[in-house]
Amino acid sequence: MAHQQQGTSNISYREVNDDVIKSMTETGRGFYLVLAVCIVGLALTFGLPWAYQIYVGQGVTGLQSPEYWGLYLTNFVFWIGISHSGTLLSAILFITQTPWRRSIYRSAEAMTFFSVVTAATMVFIHMGRPWNFYWPFPYPNQREMWTNFQSPLMFDVFAIGTYSTSSFLFLYFGSIPDLAAVRDRVTGWRKRFYGALALGWRGTDREWHLLQKAYTFCAVFIIPLAVSVHSIVSWDFASSKIPGLNKTIFAPYFVIGAIYSGTAGIITLMVILRRALKFEKYITKVHFDKLGMLLVVMSLLWTYVNVTEVFTGWYANTSYENEALKYRMFTTPSAYLFWLMIACNAFFPLLYIFRKIRLSIVASLLISIGINLGMWIERFLIIETSLPRKFLPFMWRDYHPSWVEWSITAGSFIFFTSLFVLFVKFWPSFSIYEIKEDIGIPMERKGR
Amino acid sequence: MAGFIELMLERFKVYREPGYYKRFDYWWAMVIDLDRCTGCGACVTACQAENNTPVVGEEECGKGRNLSWIRIERYIEGEYPNVKVKFIPVLCPQCDRAPCEVACPVYATYHNQDGLNVQVYNRCVGTFTCATYCPYDVRRFNWFTYNKKNFLKGNGGSSTSFEPPLDQQLNPDVSVREMGVMEKCTFCIQRIRAAKDRAKDENRPIRDGEIQPACVQTCPTKALTFGDLNNPKSRIAQLAGLSTAGDLHYLRESGSKISDISSNPRTYRLLEDLNAAPTIFYLKRVMKNGSSTAGHE
Repeated sequence: MAHQQQGTSNISYREVNDDVIKSMTETGRGFYLVLAVCIVGLALTFGLPWAYQIYVGQGVTGLQSPEYWGLYLTNFVFWIGISHSGTLLSAILFITQTPWRRSIYRSAEAMTFFSVVTAATMVFIHMGRPWNFYWPFPYPNQREMWTNFQSPLMFDVFAIGTYSTSSFLFLYFGSIPDLAAVRDRVTGWRKRFYGALALGWRGTDREWHLLQKAYTFCAVFIIPLAVSVHSIVSWDFASSKIPGLNKTIFAPYFVIGAIYSGTAGIITLMVILRRALKFEKYITKVHFDKLGMLLVVMSLLWTYVNVTEVFTGWYANTSYENEALKYRMFTTPSAYLFWLMIACNAFFPLLYIFRKIRLSIVASLLISIGINLGMWIERFLIIETSLPRKFLPFMWRDYHPSWVEWSITAGSFIFFTSLFVLFVKFWPSFSIYEIKEDIGIPMERKGR
Repeated sequence: MAGFIELMLERFKVYREPGYYKRFDYWWAMVIDLDRCTGCGACVTACQAENNTPVVGEEECGKGRNLSWIRIERYIEGEYPNVKVKFIPVLCPQCDRAPCEVACPVYATYHNQDGLNVQVYNRCVGTFTCATYCPYDVRRFNWFTYNKKNFLKGNGGSSTSFEPPLDQQLNPDVSVREMGVMEKCTFCIQRIRAAKDRAKDENRPIRDGEIQPACVQTCPTKALTFGDLNNPKSRIAQLAGLSTAGDLHYLRESGSKISDISSNPRTYRLLEDLNAAPTIFYLKRVMKNGSSTAGHE
């Protein structure tokens, strides 16, 4: 039985409702403190430096010729990567009818949506003239200007637009019965707010039927979409001629990396959420066990693709590729980063082979944070060790990010956290109705 | 079906090349004779003066943010006393299959009917992708608005750029770029436009040598030559050894190496194996012992 596997069988229906709604309506001092820290941190590390950069110019960054892509694009790829597991994992587990998905998928999907939003802000920060941000959209205009559909950046606009829209819908459709459940239990402005969001859900047979249809459609739609999004992001790099970037393996390389970092992101988030919201009885060690198994598989895949990536560069045996490889692994001022990445992503996660490690919350937290550190480094290395070693050695120059870039990088994490803090307060962060499905029908349980 | 496509292509051509362009077709190109180049840097200065390129100061230059559109690359080989210095002027080669053009999401850079790789400053949103994709590293970015005083000192925008009375020396034919846009060598398109206007009024094609970009005009040793590659009798076609119409057709249509086409054994193109089809033809330097070497490697 599913519920026995997860240790959730001794929870009553009422308790589930109470727990989730309590997390939304009862606000402790700790929450306001976290929120205040987030807002102040966001203003100081994200808002002000960006305003400064817009006012003075992109020159406040450490970018130069030929290093025109810097930390901002590293962060962009990183956040798109993080977005890759939430929705994808939720959709795959939904289609395969995996029972342990139910108590984690809501926050995983929210994670997807928020990290796509964070990634999108990175694009605008990266632009030289961000006030013209709407120009890459194909809209009819008096100047008869049109966009360039050959450009991989143009693919990005559509891919990310579609991905964020559909992952939001996926999140929203799945939440409707819960929003209705919340609506029925709260008063005041909350009643109106959740009443509007619940779209008049009554819980009739027909409504459940339609919901199931819409949700399944979204799940099936999102799986190929998620694969295509990160492939397209990889083409931003792979369709250039730059040594170290011009490789056909880039699409699978990025997709595997994305799922890997996304899964690790979910684990980190689960550890924090179950502690902060006291949801230990819903997110059990079973979840960590299963996600840990997934991480071992992803880790081995990641190692394989990385070896292949280096191999194709070496096998090309052009002076450009050789130089780029040498620079990435040995001669760059931050060469230790490459080996740190290998340690974090290829070796430490192998500890998950042991069941004891998978069941240990502390070990899970450390390994998952390590993986995401490694994955951030991977994106950093892809960009920052290829561009400084382009074709003409006269133009070779190392890249040193400025404080503005580091600050906005830190700010992007605070931005993501702020969105999530608001989410757990305003949205049922666990699926009430699906946890109930898990628990089983109360009448049947009495006999046991 | 094939007939229909041909018809549409014909229509498209007419649409693209109304009037004057229908009769006279140009393909601007440059030949750089490394045997003549002394590396004096006059072209760099001339370009800076002609194209309103800001002088950014020592600090920014050290960061690799000098905005000069043409540069003399220096390569030093060996140790004293057996030192060899090689140098080569590099500017935008206006590639026929330009990597930068596919990269821009908003068509701020495109190929015009004269074979030029054109940058539209007003349309640029500053994604940096063109500069990243460029294998020659010839694209330059406006990190600041250089023509106004910066509100914070020490952040680029050094006092040397266009402060009065220096604003009086700006070229009225060239726009002064604002911050956040990419720029690059245009082959002095303002001079090309002026010459075309003149030729149109007199109802004739542009004469060979009528247009000289600032760098070509300034070069004391005449190492740089500019002209129309579509005209097999032009000076650059002769110098590059592409003196028959068949050569040019072959060059344009196929991705073959210039050494297979050109009748001049000294002709080569920089980073030709990347297949971007640059239209700057370098002539190798002939060394004392009779061997000929390219500017670099």
